[in-house]
Formats: sequence, C-alpha cells, structure tokens
Amino acid sequence: MEVSEKVFIYDSAKRGSPALEELRGIFQYRDLIYQLVRRDIVTRYKRSVLGIAWTMLQPLGMMIIMTLVFSNLFQAVKGYPLYILSGLVSWTFFAQTTTAAIHQIVWGGTLLHRIYMPRTSFAVSAICTGVINLMFSLVPLIAIILITGKSIHVSIIFVPVAMILLAAFALGVGLILSTLAIYFPDVAEMYQIILVAWMYVTPIIYPEEILPEAYRFWVTNLNPMYHLIKVFRMPLYDGIFPGWTELVIASGIAITTLVIGWLFFAKKADEFTYQA
Amino acid sequence: MIQPYDNAETVIHLDNVSVRYRLPEERVGTLKEYAIRVLQKRVSYNSFWALHNVTINVKRGEIFGFIGRNGAGKSTLLKVISRVLVPTEGRVWFQGRVSPLLELGAGFHPELTGRENVFLNGSLLGHSRREIENHLEDIVDFAELGAFIDAPLRTYSSGMVARLGFAVATTWRPEILILDEVLSVGDEAFQLKCQKRMDGFHKNKVTSLLVTHSMQTVENLCTRVAWIDHGVIKAIGRPDDIIKAYRQG
Repeated sequence: MEVSEKVFIYDSAKRGSPALEELRGIFQYRDLIYQLVRRDIVTRYKRSVLGIAWTMLQPLGMMIIMTLVFSNLFQAVKGYPLYILSGLVSWTFFAQTTTAAIHQIVWGGTLLHRIYMPRTSFAVSAICTGVINLMFSLVPLIAIILITGKSIHVSIIFVPVAMILLAAFALGVGLILSTLAIYFPDVAEMYQIILVAWMYVTPIIYPEEILPEAYRFWVTNLNPMYHLIKVFRMPLYDGIFPGWTELVIASGIAITTLVIGWLFFAKKADEFTYQA
Repeated sequence: MIQPYDNAETVIHLDNVSVRYRLPEERVGTLKEYAIRVLQKRVSYNSFWALHNVTINVKRGEIFGFIGRNGAGKSTLLKVISRVLVPTEGRVWFQGRVSPLLELGAGFHPELTGRENVFLNGSLLGHSRREIENHLEDIVDFAELGAFIDAPLRTYSSGMVARLGFAVATTWRPEILILDEVLSVGDEAFQLKCQKRMDGFHKNKVTSLLVTHSMQTVENLCTRVAWIDHGVIKAIGRPDDIIKAYRQG
C-alpha cells in the first residue's frame, strides 16, 4: 500500500480558474484518457471478425460508391477517388468525434454523479479515439494514391499538422455541444440533421468550382470545415504544402474554437451534477 | 472566521455548506421551447435546498455515520465531500485521498475482460497504470476470480462483479472512505472478508463516512453520528443518543 508523500488538500473556497483546473486534471488523469480510448477502440470491434480493419474498409467502401455514382458528373475533377476520399476521411473524423463527445458526456453523466474526474475527459477521449481511427484511414488513402498512379509528395509530412488542427476544432465544437446537450437533450438529435446539411454545403464530394458564383464566397469562406478540409486535402490530393494564408486561417479557426469551447465547458462544468 | 482545520487532526471540515437545486416548474425539454420561454420571461424555478447551512468537523480515524429519512440530504452530503457536487454556498475543506464506494463497479464495461475493467475502473479512481499493475495480483486474489479474470465481464455473475468492484475500490488504503449503503456485497464468506478489510482501515486511522438505514450498523461501527432532516443537521453526537432522538423524532 502506497502512502503519497504530499497530502492532497481540497478547499472549495480556494479554487483556481476552472479552465486551468480542468487542464491540470486532464494531465493528472492522462491514464484515464488512455483507458477510455482503449475501451472505445477495443469494444467497438470486439465481436466482429475483421475488427479494426473496418476503420479502413468503411471510407474505402464509401469512396467506391461515391466514385461510381458521381464520377461522370464531376469528370472535370482529376483523380476523383482521391479527392473524395481525402474529403470524406476528414469529414467523417469531425462528424464522428463531435457526436461521440455528446454521447460520452451523456453516458458519463451517471459516473459524474458518483465520482470525481475531470469533466473534459469524455470529450478529450472521444477526440483521441477519432485521431487513432483517422490514422488508420490514412492507410487506404495512401494505397489509393499509389493505385491511381499518383505519386506521394514530400508535402505528406504536413498531414499530421492538418490532423492536429482538425482535432483541435473538433474538440472545441464537441465541448460546446456536449455542454448544451446536458441542458437540452434535443441538441444531440438536432446536431445530426445539421451535420447532413453542413456536409452538403462543404465541398467534399463535389469540387468547389461547381458552386454558383453568387454564394460560393459564403459557403466557402464562412464555413470553418471548408478551411480545415482544405489544409488536409492539399498535401494529399494536390501534393503541395498549404500556403501561409490557408495555414493561418485554419489554425486561427481551430485554436479560437478550442479556447472558446474549453472556457465555456469549464465554466459550466460545476453545474452538470446539478442537472438531475 | 475560525480556522479549525489548521489542526492536523481535522480531516474534513464543512462550513455552512448549502446545496440548492433549481427545478424548472415545468419541464423545458427543447432548446426552442426554452428560447421562447426566456423571451416571454416565463422560466421560473422552484428552489429546493438539499442541504442548508451544514457545519461538520470530522477528525482523523472517526467513523462518522449519517442517518435520516430518504431524501433528507445524506447522499448529497457525501457528494459534496467526494467533489462530485460543488456547494452552492459555504466551504468544503478536506485533506487526503477520498475514495468513494458509492456504487461498486460503476463504469465497468461488459465487453471488456475483468483485467481490462480493473485498469479502467482503477483509472477512474485516479490511479496510474503503473499503480494498477503493481496491485493487479492483490485485486484478483481478493476478488477470488481466478481464471475468470480474462473472461469478458458479461460472463460474470452479479456477485463476481460486486467482488471485483469492491476489490478495486479498497485495494488502495484511502485517507477518507465514503460508504453509501454498500456493505452488503456477495455471500457471507466474502462479507466477512470485506469486514476484515474495513477493520484494517479503521485500525490504520482511515476516516470513514457512512450512510446507512441500518441502525444496527450505525451502533456497531460509528464513533459519531449526525441526524439529517430536510437538509438540516438536527443533532450530532454519540450513536445511541442520536438513534434514540431520531426514533422519537
């Protein structure tokens, strides 16, 4: 039996900033994050034969279907399979992790009533699980690059940066949504509809050039996912590094959203257990 | 303000702690409804004090019992001390590691093996992976699971799940132990084992907070008892006195 050298003291009158307290908590409970991620990945495929391979087969299957359906329509797009797969993979990451963040906090609600833990654990672990799945889906992506006769450019080293930006944005959105979902359970349902609409206004399965001039500006420049998918797609599909403008816009969106989400969530987190 | 907690013997100090729940008068289910009501200024709440001006001082090694009717605020009090609930008013102070045995096995996953669940549950209690690895053998031995430890939890009997939950929660000696009606786990032999572990804790000056409806348990175990009624402390004192007062009141 261990005795910790330093005695832990809790004083409800001397608490620091909630946002920093959460940040410190996540660091202290990093093993919990690891266990939650492990649980999600292990249990998701536990009873299936192909197991983790599904994370790679699913986007591949989607890509094949989309290519069959749309390649005639979008003949102008060179290497359409790669275009769609790079867009689809990053969109799926965003849609799945933000949805998971909402469900996790609802599931974790019963736990939060019984035991103390950093309340951001659920959203953070949901995003980490998503990042691991996203890494797996890079395998079919690279396979498609090679199969379709394109070459892998040095710009591929930028992909991890794009993934971090996507993850930061998804965490920010996930935190905001899960806070709202505690108060209004309908948010979870509503969000699924919003996601469908959002996906169709984002150039994922179609090239942005087909958007009518009149509102191309609005659905691209004002759509945060447009910018984040762009920095993910450029090094893979176009084979070039994103320019400074693209990088600054994408990082600005990601960091701002994360900071706002974290502050908002942390500010409200003490009230979660007051919600019956 | 008095600062009694400078005294090293004080382990928990609650200073005028109040918890107020605000229940909307009508259930507002959707965001749209809520928005409409806010605009119409029709959101009204019923305030409900689950705890009101509770002041308690618990010293090291005490086994402090809480009695009272259902809904009197006993569990709310334990939640405030286990940091699950931040008090609306007042101050909560404690020193040491709090281990809540609120509901054994909360957070277990049926598809994971017993071993995997030990790691998941241990990390929920704030232990590192290394700490859990070091205690894995003790936990498996204590829970008497043998080869079942590598089988999925869904194949366990309810007794096995409870035993594993108890083993994980009590393997590390806490400084403050919180017990909410959980002392009836498993068969008689296992209960005896649990009892022995609890006795060991008490000998080692572990402070315990206990909520139960069994006056027998309170009389046998507790060194001091508080009677809570409608969120207010009615009396604090020796178990037999308080139980007598509670039965008369």
